[in-house]
Amino acid sequence: MTGPLRIERRLDAPGWLKVVVPLASLVLAAIIVAILLLATGHNPLSTYHQMYSAAITADGALSSSFVYATPLLFTGLCAAFAFRMRTWNIGGEGQLYMGAVGASATGLVLGHWPAPLVIIAMVVGGALAGMLWAEIPALLRAYLRTNEILTSLMLNYVAGFVVYYLIYDSGSYWRDLTTPGASVFPTGKTLGPHANWPGITIGSFTLPLGFVLGLGLAVGLFLLVRSTRYGFEMRVMGDAPRAADYSGIRTKRKILSVMAISGGIAGVAGSSQIGDFGHVLDPRGLEQAQYGYTGIVVAALALYNPLAVVLVSLLIGGLTNAGFALEGPSFPTGLVGTMEGIILFTVLGGEILARYRLSWRRRPAPATGTTS
Amino acid sequence: MLDAGDDHTALAAGAGLASSLSGAAPGPRALAVQAIDMTKRFPGVLANDHVSFEAAPGEVHALLGENGAGKTTLCNLLMGLYRPDEGKLFIEGKPARFRSPKDAQDAGIFMVHQHLRLVESMTVAENVVLGAAGARQLRFSPRAVEKAVAEAAARFQMSVDPAARIWQLSLGQRQRVEVLKALCRGARILILDEPTAVLTPQEADQLFSSVRDMAAAGRTVIFISHKLPEVLAVAERVTVLRHGRSVTTVPTAGTGADDLAGLMVGREVSLAPTARVAHEPGPAVLELAGVCARGDLGTEALKDITLQVRAGEILGIAGVSGNGQRELAEVITGLRPTTAGTIRIGGARLAAGGPRAAIDLGVAYVPEDRMGTAIAPDLSIAENLMLKSYRGKARGWGPVLSRRKAIANAQEMMARFDVRAPGPTTLVRQLSGGNIQKVVLARELSCQPRLVVAASPTRGLDVGATQYVRRVLAGTAAAGVGVVMVSEDLDEIFELSDRIAVFYAGRVVGTLKATEADRHRVGLMMAGAT
Repeated sequence: MTGPLRIERRLDAPGWLKVVVPLASLVLAAIIVAILLLATGHNPLSTYHQMYSAAITADGALSSSFVYATPLLFTGLCAAFAFRMRTWNIGGEGQLYMGAVGASATGLVLGHWPAPLVIIAMVVGGALAGMLWAEIPALLRAYLRTNEILTSLMLNYVAGFVVYYLIYDSGSYWRDLTTPGASVFPTGKTLGPHANWPGITIGSFTLPLGFVLGLGLAVGLFLLVRSTRYGFEMRVMGDAPRAADYSGIRTKRKILSVMAISGGIAGVAGSSQIGDFGHVLDPRGLEQAQYGYTGIVVAALALYNPLAVVLVSLLIGGLTNAGFALEGPSFPTGLVGTMEGIILFTVLGGEILARYRLSWRRRPAPATGTTS
Repeated sequence: MLDAGDDHTALAAGAGLASSLSGAAPGPRALAVQAIDMTKRFPGVLANDHVSFEAAPGEVHALLGENGAGKTTLCNLLMGLYRPDEGKLFIEGKPARFRSPKDAQDAGIFMVHQHLRLVESMTVAENVVLGAAGARQLRFSPRAVEKAVAEAAARFQMSVDPAARIWQLSLGQRQRVEVLKALCRGARILILDEPTAVLTPQEADQLFSSVRDMAAAGRTVIFISHKLPEVLAVAERVTVLRHGRSVTTVPTAGTGADDLAGLMVGREVSLAPTARVAHEPGPAVLELAGVCARGDLGTEALKDITLQVRAGEILGIAGVSGNGQRELAEVITGLRPTTAGTIRIGGARLAAGGPRAAIDLGVAYVPEDRMGTAIAPDLSIAENLMLKSYRGKARGWGPVLSRRKAIANAQEMMARFDVRAPGPTTLVRQLSGGNIQKVVLARELSCQPRLVVAASPTRGLDVGATQYVRRVLAGTAAAGVGVVMVSEDLDEIFELSDRIAVFYAGRVVGTLKATEADRHRVGLMMAGAT
């Protein structure tokens, strides 16, 4: 309790901190990473240049950064939207899996339809599956007052098992049982050509359709929260739940609908994974990417603002992309992960510093007159 | 209240303790607190502008001022929650630069906040030990602490069972625990922030006598209040704050309430009670028949309540806090389900299923819990003003809300209800208590209600705002609206009510006409006597 380092809440945080702190955190991150790189025998400047080139300037680098940013944009929006009302949907990961299941089902069943209709059906299918999965913790929260953090988190693992079961442990509709390779190692059915989402190409730069969708969603959510009756209710509930009851807001329904939208967005992340990139339901790929959890970090860094989520997802997408480019015999994966971790850690830590004050105590005060 | 003999012996008894403490104080005549030109600026606001005051050891010193006068900021400076931009603070003659409440506590300064900070599931003794500077070395022995608490309680006449759990205690008892906690942890300077807000008149008298005992025992008590009579009753000297400045320090002896009110507000004020116009009440707007309801802990909080309020009438609900008044207000406004009985509003039966039914029947509600229930503190004034009307057609088109209309409406309301704030987009959390209550009244009364339920509508408000709120309630009744006013302040009940219903243990002990009631009788009924 009386350790040398103390953290105190700032009652009067000056305004300039909000600008200076994030910039200073990035600089600090660059310095710490530089020390790390020097210690491991790498040249920081050339590494930074390499990262910059791999994320932005190199051939196809920018497109690739957008590919990494796309799922994070969706899962970031999923978390940011629910968190805005202080409904803690940690289940973006599982909702994304279920969205991928739903989208690949619609894409497979309706694959013979014209491409635009298939794409719409995949978006709807993914969104619906994500919504339904999110309604489980939502119903439990609204009617039984369970903690949605725990239930939505647990359901991530359940969703993971469901996807594994569909591809590895059953003869489900999603599993490829015909091609010769699939009998050696189980895989999902590959979707038909109509289910491949087209990218938007400008010169050498290709923008995934999913990113465009996510961008539209971000603008839509921003407006929804800011200037509609629906968003007003959300803000009241997030700020003062008792005031929401008092003003006649039907808070239970509100939890259900906000969770449905949040889960639906994560579901579309699953659709985009199938339609934009994978074209097949791949449990391992989805699980290793951990887009749902990273989305929570994105939402936190964006301070739950949907428009800021776009920028943050690009930042993290670019970092991830640069990280993959660095990896090699002399540059182990662990080092890349450590670098990314340091950058996120300092930025998040900076946020906390803006709100709290750290001080070193010269000397723990001796216990003075206590209980007589 | 204390006669001279008592005072003398108490002082003598206190002298021993004072000398035992004087080892820490450098000189015998050092002031306990000396604040010189304390200044604290916030963006756009000068919260404390060269505030100075001093309190001698063993003195009860009152800080008097309206809401927003800078009392709370000054205390936060004393407690190390804020750091002063300018000025000096000496505690027992030594310069003090507190970096946190911990530092202030190490120097012997403790504060009892308006909103008590106790762990409800723990016992009194556990709460006393919690966070104590030597908690780790102490090796918590419940029995020893209980004994110490009981001793301190006996010495300062604050009876409380050290083994009781906090949730079992009334608000008044909880406050005693906070005071005991400070005393047991070595408080030499005790700051009490609006301590009587949660007390009955009898409990307040008890507190005052305990405060005098503490002062007699050499403790310095800084008593923050905006209530003139209690400042005159308990303090030796008063420092009046106005607009962030310390106006003057006067001894209470020979000073009248009107003088202090004038200093506090900066002009002559009359403390005349709100005038009520006598008129014939109209038809019943609220009828409760055999209503029962459960409290938060699942126990029966309302037992077979039958009441009637007519248009144009103010029904005062008197009673000691926690006897079902809050539950009554919540039942009428649809926030709490009933377990039996019927509620009719304007002849129509109030359906179960939440506050919206009550709102639609024209029930306005000014809740007791201003910050958490009545408003959303992080939203703007304009947004808080439409908390109940945002669903209406006048607020926008389809799903979209009109910002322009909200601002225009807010400007009109702020002018009509005299809300003082930089503008409609100011966050409500930045307003003073009085202005927040005006925002609540503006919103509730602009919905054209036929019934207003007001729970402790002037709690924590300054003189000016209190008079304003009472005038508005009287005016609302005069306009033909039925008013139910819950209050623990008997003066307020007598000043405004046409009839008074007294609550005890979840029942209506009796209903009296205000003209036929007297304080003594109501006081007895509040204690359960019929």
